[in-house]
Amino acid sequence: MGSSRMSKSLSQIVLPVAGGTALALSVALVVANLDYGRSKISSLEQRVEQTSLQAEAARNKASEEAAVVAELKAKVAEIQLAAIENATGGTNLTENAPRKDIAYGLGRAALTEEITAWDVDVLPDGRGLPEGRGDVFTGEEVFAEKCASCHGDFAEGVDNWPVLAGGFDTLADKDPVKTVGSYWPYLSTVWDYVHRSMPFGEAQTLTPDETYAIVAYILYSNDMVDDEFELSHENFPDIEMYNTGGFVIDDRPDREYTRWRGEPCMKNCKSAVEITMRATFLDVTPDEGGESRMDHTASENTPTFVASTDSTNTSVETETLEISALETDPAVVLAGEKVFKKCKACHAVGAGAKNKSGPQLNDLMGRMMGSVDGFKYSKAFKAAMEEGRVWNDAELAAFLAKPKAYMKGTRMSFAGIKKEKDLTAIIEFLRTTSN
Amino acid sequence: MDKTIKTSRRTFLKGSVAIAGASVAGGAAASEADPLITEVQEWASATGVGVDETPYGMPISFEKDVVRRNVEWLTASPISSINFTPIHALDGTITPQGCAFERHHSGAIELRKEDFRLMINGLVDRPLVFSYQDLERFPRENHIYFCECAANTGMEWAGAQLNGAQFTHGMIHNMEYTGVPLRTLLHEAGLGSANDLKNKWVYVEGADASSNGRSIPMEKALDDVLVAFKANGEALRMEHGYPVRLVVPGWEGNMWIKWLRRIEVTDAAVESREETSKYTDVYEDGTARKWTWVMDAKSVITTPSPQMPIDHTRGPMVISGLAWSGHGQITRVDVSKDGGITWETARLGKQGDTKALTRFYLDTEWTGEPMLLQSRAMDETGYVQPTKQQLRDSRGENSVYHNNCIQTWYVDENGVVENVEVS
Repeated sequence: MGSSRMSKSLSQIVLPVAGGTALALSVALVVANLDYGRSKISSLEQRVEQTSLQAEAARNKASEEAAVVAELKAKVAEIQLAAIENATGGTNLTENAPRKDIAYGLGRAALTEEITAWDVDVLPDGRGLPEGRGDVFTGEEVFAEKCASCHGDFAEGVDNWPVLAGGFDTLADKDPVKTVGSYWPYLSTVWDYVHRSMPFGEAQTLTPDETYAIVAYILYSNDMVDDEFELSHENFPDIEMYNTGGFVIDDRPDREYTRWRGEPCMKNCKSAVEITMRATFLDVTPDEGGESRMDHTASENTPTFVASTDSTNTSVETETLEISALETDPAVVLAGEKVFKKCKACHAVGAGAKNKSGPQLNDLMGRMMGSVDGFKYSKAFKAAMEEGRVWNDAELAAFLAKPKAYMKGTRMSFAGIKKEKDLTAIIEFLRTTSN
Repeated sequence: MDKTIKTSRRTFLKGSVAIAGASVAGGAAASEADPLITEVQEWASATGVGVDETPYGMPISFEKDVVRRNVEWLTASPISSINFTPIHALDGTITPQGCAFERHHSGAIELRKEDFRLMINGLVDRPLVFSYQDLERFPRENHIYFCECAANTGMEWAGAQLNGAQFTHGMIHNMEYTGVPLRTLLHEAGLGSANDLKNKWVYVEGADASSNGRSIPMEKALDDVLVAFKANGEALRMEHGYPVRLVVPGWEGNMWIKWLRRIEVTDAAVESREETSKYTDVYEDGTARKWTWVMDAKSVITTPSPQMPIDHTRGPMVISGLAWSGHGQITRVDVSKDGGITWETARLGKQGDTKALTRFYLDTEWTGEPMLLQSRAMDETGYVQPTKQQLRDSRGENSVYHNNCIQTWYVDENGVVENVEVS
């Protein structure tokens, strides 16, 4: 639009100039014809006139060229203007993909059997459930075969694997136990997840009947049904879940957003600040491997920061809490205790140590392998006990360096301690642990 | 005890400028000529490696520690686990794919483009199956977005636990995605059958063994969700869902379905395992909150941080970090050196992109005095990143997910940094 308007105005400038030149030339020709044969006196005048006409033609040509230059300049300006218009929201050259309601005609129709094969999710109201049934007794057998290696025979969870049973009324506790029984709001979720995503490593191999049986057993292990119970697509909607009413929809907008908006404080926002907890006390951060720049060592004194009266600088008080270090124990034992933090989730030591998902480790040195009362050992450790093998420095070092290589079939899911220094330290530490 | 610490510190500072001795601000005068300058070095004389030495380049060996790391005790098996982006060692905003965190529920799978199928079914006019090639024929877009796992900083609810920005805040990455808007595919299948779109949902599901699936309200699905096949200009990595993943801008990472295989229009949320038993937040009274999809404004200082102690002399120093908000743009970041008594406004590396990481810098001085470093982000809605105490007062300590609290790093007089909590 702008382009045609601009060139139109340019022609208006150029045309009169060209027209003027043509007029001047034709006048010159007429004058030349009329005056041919006149006295030679007049020829001088004629030549003067011709010269002036030639001069005028040259002038006209020059102005014509100037007009072309002007036109080019105007075109450049026009393009620049168009670019600015585009950039400021006229025609946007960086537009997103078009929002069209019409189809592109891409893809192909999905066949019914394809949809049946993939669309297997189950909704809370039971839509999507296939016909089928399974009882607690069958479920226990299938569970023992396909689920118990991770979830435990009684759905209590092995190692860090999910606990599926119990935990009722713990949701307001310090460490809630969130199980199918105590937490999951819909039974459809259990059926759908077991059927679609389990068993781990063999997903989508369970038949509907096996799935009904496993879900029945999980309900039984949560004391939600009796041992005679059979679950089917028919009685599925009758099962009430313990925590169905336990959820609210995201309430952050009212609960938090309204309160946490506005201009924040910039000066004297607190009178004093003290350190209340330090990550190095816990020291559960993994070793980095390679050239670590992380310093796990806690320094003894931490400062208190106090708002100063002139509010420009904060003064630092160096007076602080003294951290009592176990100076009586050798440094290696201390270091070993730190390494042992990797093991604490599964193994207890010290006074009153009980078996966790791993056996307690008091008086380990000289102890028969696989010999702790009440601990359910793997076949590998049972065999080691029968062979009369005993824990000593060498055995322990070999085991801890590569547990699964040393004791094939152990249930201990731990990759091993790589650093020689850490191995030595943890063995020194374990030598000291007793009731 | 004291001696041991000093020795270990000296060891760890070996190779860098000794802080204790250097009291002069700025660079100290050289007492003798630097042989790196006065002597001809091998690299300045012999030739280097030729082209094609590594057809696809890896970072130089000196950077071998800038890698993803896993915290073993967090999960039962690395196959269903998470690792962390080395955010402490990166700058700018774009996360290289090779060190962007991974989270798998049944391991990362190898799915060829030729074997890729994407189905749209449910309440649509024409249930369809797309090939990978089909997707590349729809008009596509490029956008930079952050992807943050809802559990990022989740280990810090009950106290300062992990000593490193990588571990406290590394379940995040930020990439430029190329893909087709989900709305384009939904319109291709036709939404006439869905009638009123207000109470409709889109259930999205992956092709891996976990079959991870999430329900997304139709309003979001028609807004800015992308079906993406490229990240940072190249094909997605296997661990990020090659060949096709979902990008759900500003919302928790679990919804960004990898190895996307199915999109179903439904009239209700499926209430799958990942949106009921997981990714829900338990309040102090035991009630749980669900559908907490948006990741609220958050920030963290990446240098200095426990893995990045101050290893230079007193004088000029740069405090740097990242800020982001699932609600839109970051508009401001403040930094405190005294645990929140006094705040200074930091400089944003560039104008914040919506729902993407924003880099901030505080160009300041290292005085050699201890510091309690904090950063506080604000987004375009006016929301101010809360303290850990504010979050605990609102939710208790058992949420696990959605912890966007202000992080505190304690920097001691030697420049050593530690994750702490403050009063």
